[in-house]
Amino acid sequence: MYSQGLQDAKGGPEPEGLLKAFQKRIDNEEKIEPRDWMPEAYRKTLIRQMSQHAHSEIVGQLPEGNWITRAPTLKRKMILLAKVQDEAGHGLYIYSATETLGITRDEMTRQLLSGEAKYSSIFNYPTPSWADMGAIGWLVDGAAIMNQVPLCRASYGPYARSMIRICKEESFHQRQGYDIMTVLARGTAAQKKMAQDALNRTWWPALMMFGPSDKDSKHSAQSMQWKIKRFTNDDLRQKFVDATVPQAEHLGLTIPDKDLKWNEDRGHYDFGEIDWQEFMEVIKGNGPCNKQRLRARQKAHDEGEWVRKAAEVYQQKQQDAA
Amino acid sequence: MKLYEVFIRAKSGLNHRHVGSLHAADAQMALQNARDVYTRREEGVSIWVVEAAAISASNPEQSEEWFDPAMDKVYRYPTFYPLDKEVDNM
Ligand SMILES: [Fe+2]
Ligand SMILES: [Fe+2]
Repeated sequence: MYSQGLQDAKGGPEPEGLLKAFQKRIDNEEKIEPRDWMPEAYRKTLIRQMSQHAHSEIVGQLPEGNWITRAPTLKRKMILLAKVQDEAGHGLYIYSATETLGITRDEMTRQLLSGEAKYSSIFNYPTPSWADMGAIGWLVDGAAIMNQVPLCRASYGPYARSMIRICKEESFHQRQGYDIMTVLARGTAAQKKMAQDALNRTWWPALMMFGPSDKDSKHSAQSMQWKIKRFTNDDLRQKFVDATVPQAEHLGLTIPDKDLKWNEDRGHYDFGEIDWQEFMEVIKGNGPCNKQRLRARQKAHDEGEWVRKAAEVYQQKQQDAA
Repeated sequence: MKLYEVFIRAKSGLNHRHVGSLHAADAQMALQNARDVYTRREEGVSIWVVEAAAISASNPEQSEEWFDPAMDKVYRYPTFYPLDKEVDNM
């Protein structure tokens, strides 16, 4: 029984009866709603998971925002703008859902800017070429979809409902990325090389998005039992590889992994070992762009200060007038 | 008596949806009346009531300015990007 040893908000043991009833509701696929009783550890784990997810949507705007003013055509510019705008929306859906667990938006922002809270490691990599916009849409949004689709059935109602909204919007993101890759892969030799280089850059960091290998993942078992995680990291990663390899082959692009091979017995692709050292370094803040990303968020926060102030003054004026 | 708007969650996990309104002296009475009026046939597992006066609504006369800009943005839909049939399960 995983629930043994769970502590309530004051550090005392959680009442056994309530824990049992709670788990029973989850086992019956009932949703937990904000005012329902929940173990303190469930609340805390969800706050961590959901705020990380929200931060990832927000920080995830930066590598693509880099190319909005330099998109090759007006059409591509409008598409990229629409996609980045969606990501801002995704951040807002999840921040609001997280607030129903009793944490404020201000506190989440503080945790992001202070570096206490994490966001997806993938957004700490640079996007030096237009083809990276293709690789990100195709692979990064593709990986996000793999992760988010099962979360539409997460046990926490507000989280599950925000995922349903998000998944509806993600499909365009992946397709516009694949569309960019298709055009480049079928273009001149130089364009094809751009596409291949972007795939080389993005492939391994995209695989890392699913998190540590199951044997090193400490939160998995409890989160699976609570149904705030519905597949293990390795299962999702395998699904992603299986879905993506044929898409690369279709474009005549080569996945940068010499160990990648179809395994007839398993009915899955075998693939090489991820550089976990690199993953840990990026998580710790030492990736190629960690500092740049947080600096950009801090700058946006500081430069938005006057807008927040103006809104407060306006609110006061309205109250005084009433 | 005040006017209350009523929202019902039909099933565990779904959004509350607006179903109608009713008059009541306070929120408690509104909830009880909503249960009697709107959930006699197992229509819901949860009810929200909100004073109608507390709801701000968009102006129907401004519908065009507000909502038409979304109309010509076909690139926001996945169908704008045709896929070869070998990979069309994306
Ligand atoms: Fe997103
Ligand atoms: Fe996306």
